[in-house]
Amino acid sequence: MLNARISVPAVARRGEILTIKTLVSHPMETGFRRDAMNQRIPRNILTEFVCRLDDELVFRVDLHPAISANPYLAFHLRATRSGTLWFLWRDQNGEVTTERRELQVND
Amino acid sequence: MTERRAALLLAVLSAVALPLLCAAQLRTDAQVFEDLPAAARELPAARSGYHYQSEEIQALQDDDFANPAMLWVDRGRVLWRQVAGSEPSCEQCHGEAQSLRGAAVRYPQYDAGVGRLLNLEGRINQCRTERQGLEALAYESDALLSLTALVSHQSRGLPIDVSIDGAAQAYFEEGRRYFYTRRGQMNLACYHCHQLNAGRYLRGDRLSQGQATGYPIYRLDWQTLGSLHRRLRFCNTGVRAEPFAFGDPAYVSLELFLAWRARGLPWEAPAVRR
Amino acid sequence: MMRGSGGPTKPSRRLWLRRAAGLSLLTLLPRELMATPQEMREAMTAVFGDRPITPGRVQIGLPALAENGNSVRLSVSVDSPMTTEEYVDFIQLFSPENPRPDVARFELSPASGLAQVETRIRISAEQDIVAVAGLSDGSLWSGSAHIVVTEAACIDALI
Repeated sequence: MLNARISVPAVARRGEILTIKTLVSHPMETGFRRDAMNQRIPRNILTEFVCRLDDELVFRVDLHPAISANPYLAFHLRATRSGTLWFLWRDQNGEVTTERRELQVND
Repeated sequence: MTERRAALLLAVLSAVALPLLCAAQLRTDAQVFEDLPAAARELPAARSGYHYQSEEIQALQDDDFANPAMLWVDRGRVLWRQVAGSEPSCEQCHGEAQSLRGAAVRYPQYDAGVGRLLNLEGRINQCRTERQGLEALAYESDALLSLTALVSHQSRGLPIDVSIDGAAQAYFEEGRRYFYTRRGQMNLACYHCHQLNAGRYLRGDRLSQGQATGYPIYRLDWQTLGSLHRRLRFCNTGVRAEPFAFGDPAYVSLELFLAWRARGLPWEAPAVRR
Repeated sequence: MMRGSGGPTKPSRRLWLRRAAGLSLLTLLPRELMATPQEMREAMTAVFGDRPITPGRVQIGLPALAENGNSVRLSVSVDSPMTTEEYVDFIQLFSPENPRPDVARFELSPASGLAQVETRIRISAEQDIVAVAGLSDGSLWSGSAHIVVTEAACIDALI
């Protein structure tokens, strides 16, 4: 079970550009490392991150092994309407971790 | 002989000869703390390992959002509230984790009930087995790191303040002896790197004073959170010495000496290091 | 024996020798694990075909020197108004000297408001990190940043 940290303001002014930051626990094992017995450690990575506002796509990322362990992603959103922000991380086996945050946009 | 071959020969010769020369030089030094000249026993003004990191790494530690160690603190908070069976959760006895502010900076501590010196990990496991009817958690397990990170984090900013009086004194002396005792194929004591040569470079690494001010720490090298004992094992293998087992009493005693040596420095947990 | 196994473990001398042998092999054969220029070309061709890429409009924020290549802060920003008429569609990130050239692909939209992303990446050797931005008008722009990684004296084997 992954745990995630998300930083996003709960309330924003319409038109304001918000910074959204996410951090998730994952080893992002590259598949290139070997253990003490010289056995290759199998690749185990997150491959996708998606952020939506309700059903509108805000930001999507394809991740490769060059992304550091415990991936950190920061991006922006122009606050145009209130809604639910959905965050999704998908690993190489299709397992997903999701989080949600409510966003209220005022005039 | 080509120039290239000569250069190679020189490289091989120096690779073999230099460590021998160094070893010969260092072997003339005293073996234990008690035999050291007074000047060598003087501790430098304590300086956290934070000051030996690049600005990048300092910034990562300073940012409570981006510091990856905070993921463990979050998981620790979940475990803190978890109830297993009929026994109480951590929260049911202690309330919010914040109630343990000040605990981490007073460990290791002699526990008369148990009859030995306990570090924070030892205290958490003692609480689990004695009061919660649970199994002790393995060193470096995610659960023990998470709980330790949570408790340790509560003391951030407080000065390190361990007691070396009474029953703790013998452990303190044992830890101090460890710090000044040579070990491994490189025949180096802790103090050779972290006292005599602190601030100097070893390849791309800047040697710190070896002040344990923010464990468990997130090491970029490890790409994960790790305990002080993992760091001590890493130091042992670095000087080609056989590392002790996690939780070994020798490490717990050394931990007490290190905490006393760092007394007064503000606690940083969870710290980030290279 | 992997990380996180916990419990008291005492690696044997033989294990140590094996580890040491592994380490020296690593220092002898570093290039084995690096993407070749051809792989880099293939990775870029796979995404962009033979469309022209113009240098400019893309800035990469990266320290000039990293003390540890496992986690290096990286930001990319693209000069764009980010309106529905004109916005950055994606940013593709490449590392020519890592084992594989692909690092990440960021997909943005006018909703982003600002074409700027930040993450932390692995850098296995001194190199020029390259970012290519695809704009809504179909044009491709690129920027790059040089980085050096220092060598550590003590390397921890996996516990």
